[in-house]
Amino acid sequence: MSKLKLIIQREFLAKVRNKSFIIMTFLSPLIILGMGALIYFLMQKNDEKVKEIVFVDNSGLFSKTDFKDTKTIHYLDYTKIGVKATKNKVEAGNYYGALIIPKQDSLELLAKAIEFYSKDSPGISIINSLENKIEKKLRNKKLNKFGININKINASRIPATIKMYNFSGEESSKLINGLKIGLGAIAGYLLMMFVIIYGSSVMRSVIEEKTSRIIEVIVSSVKPFQLMLGKIIGNASAGLLQFFIWGIILFTIITIASAVFGVDVAAMQTANIPAEQMEIAKEMTSGSKGQLIIQEILRLPILKLFVLFIFYFLGGFMLYSSLFASVGAAVDSETDTQQFMLPIMLPLVLGVYVGFATVINDPHGSIAVLFSHIPFTSPIVMLMRVPFGVSWTELAISMTLLIITFIFMVWLAAKIYRVGILMYGKKASYKDLYKWLKYKG
Amino acid sequence: MKNLLEINNVTKNYGNFRALNKVSLHIPKGSVYGLLGPNGAGKTSLIRIVNQITMPDAGTVFLDGEKLAPHHVAQIGYLPEERGLYKSMKVGEQALYLAQLKGLSKTEAKKKLKYWFEKFDIGAWWNKKIEELSKGMAQKVQFIVTVMHNPKLLIFDEPFSGFDPINAQLIAKEILQLREEGATIIFSTHRMESVEEMCDDIALIDKSNKILDGNLADIKRTFRTHTFQVGLQTTNAKEVENLLRTNFEVSKADFKLLNKGLTLNVKLTQGNSSNDLLSFLTSKGEVQHFVEIIPTANDIFIEAVNKNS
Repeated sequence: MSKLKLIIQREFLAKVRNKSFIIMTFLSPLIILGMGALIYFLMQKNDEKVKEIVFVDNSGLFSKTDFKDTKTIHYLDYTKIGVKATKNKVEAGNYYGALIIPKQDSLELLAKAIEFYSKDSPGISIINSLENKIEKKLRNKKLNKFGININKINASRIPATIKMYNFSGEESSKLINGLKIGLGAIAGYLLMMFVIIYGSSVMRSVIEEKTSRIIEVIVSSVKPFQLMLGKIIGNASAGLLQFFIWGIILFTIITIASAVFGVDVAAMQTANIPAEQMEIAKEMTSGSKGQLIIQEILRLPILKLFVLFIFYFLGGFMLYSSLFASVGAAVDSETDTQQFMLPIMLPLVLGVYVGFATVINDPHGSIAVLFSHIPFTSPIVMLMRVPFGVSWTELAISMTLLIITFIFMVWLAAKIYRVGILMYGKKASYKDLYKWLKYKG
Repeated sequence: MKNLLEINNVTKNYGNFRALNKVSLHIPKGSVYGLLGPNGAGKTSLIRIVNQITMPDAGTVFLDGEKLAPHHVAQIGYLPEERGLYKSMKVGEQALYLAQLKGLSKTEAKKKLKYWFEKFDIGAWWNKKIEELSKGMAQKVQFIVTVMHNPKLLIFDEPFSGFDPINAQLIAKEILQLREEGATIIFSTHRMESVEEMCDDIALIDKSNKILDGNLADIKRTFRTHTFQVGLQTTNAKEVENLLRTNFEVSKADFKLLNKGLTLNVKLTQGNSSNDLLSFLTSKGEVQHFVEIIPTANDIFIEAVNKNS
């Protein structure tokens, strides 16, 4: 068996046998799903509680028909009970709040004179909805005064939706654009997390070999470059394994969940989509909302994204973990790493920021395109762009640049690594690193 | 081929610092070779070149007649001064890994390890992690992983540091046993008593240069000062001492005798032999003590280094 293979095997096993790896791999999907379920459950619970709002209308303009009960809010007409008694009841905690509509000479004055009393500060959505109701009523009154027929106005409303196409014949919609943004953002962010987590794992492994002093024993059998490469590949394999396990776990859970609570899953997925898009969605398909979402997701280039995720993860990881490895070699303990971490973290964080700031607005804008070609940010930014459709030529250029850069960086890092691993008890500076680069053999 | 390792004019620079300056060493097959020198002299740099951890800037190294090449790592066993093992890895697994890195197959490695673990009676440690072992126990494991692949050349850098005297003796015995079995041993150390005990040949490196090398007995002969410790039972000590001063260099004794009497260090001068000194002494009284002062490795080390600076 070749030495590189032995090293990869050892690094891989050392990583995956680690308790924290096992816990991270199997627990975190459950934690994420658990948290999602908890939030959903709490939201449901919160909504289930019916709020009772009482109103006292001294203007005589409003009636119970203007305040229609919803699932969570019930309105009660307390005009007969009077302002004072109603306020007392609300203060005693019997009701959520009291809407007091006084008598005024004009609609304009009335609009400014309505008050809401409650024991606790009311939710902003409740106030908005009350204001909407009142505005609608007052507007209708005013229109009546002008002699305009309200029914005609209502009938004149024609909702318009623009269907979006690109020239490869793909139909797009606001919904699918939302999904693309989400998917790209998740992929880009996940990649950054993986690079940081597994990159620092490579760094820790280098530091461990230095502090335990096994390094000189090892490099008397293998080339430092082989050791570094083995470490990087071993950790990358562990990362991919974790990624696959997460994929399988999530797929299994979603499949089971949708089989058991089919409707609920669909509801959970649509929960975040604004109402107007939901309406568009309703018009577009005859099936259920859940079906629509699944259809839209299936239309995304999932396989392409998956393959590219693997490629950019490996490329980005090779690039960054070789830097992490040389940092590990330059220091004696993890606490000394900080001075070297900033230049590594900066482009990663920049990638995510640029991605979120530019890709969402304009996935094919010049900044997004530029950063998806710079090898230090391309893995993140390109992944965010991929769901919007990136041409193969562009991908090929970006991928080639990434490959060339990581080969160069691995070579450069190996030079620092080779010298650094045998320097004990010395805290290196950037000047030292530069000096080490010039050492021969 | 008489020499197992031939190092010819090896030079190594780190930036502007010259760690080794045209160093040449010839290490005879089957010898225990002491590589001596103060801290920072360049010993470790030289050892790392032999182990192909670094490459020389100039000069050549031949192992058993062949120019040093990557496949030679399987024929070299190296116990570095800065040594250790993976703390959270199990002893057996770790030893197997290191053996395979040295080029042994898994089955071969298992067989070799079984032999050594039985020899040191540490079979029970196989599934323990290094962090569960004491320092001395871990050092035994470290020794095993250094020698298990039967290397032709063994390089020990300060092998006894970290061992208690009992284990140090055990290791010294094993090292000599390995020599008996045909291995050549390079021994880098500051502990001069172990040099006296074990080394056939030595080389002294100081400030990146080799300042001395050769057979230890030969070196001692060149460093001898022809000085004798003399103890004499005599009635007129003062007169004898004055007479001695006319023909020899006399200095104060650096030793003690059980009986009272004249004690002196006497150095032969040009034209004198030890027999001349002895016959003079016997004519003046009863000779109780007559020993030539042979320079120790320690003396040679200090003298050579001082001379070099």
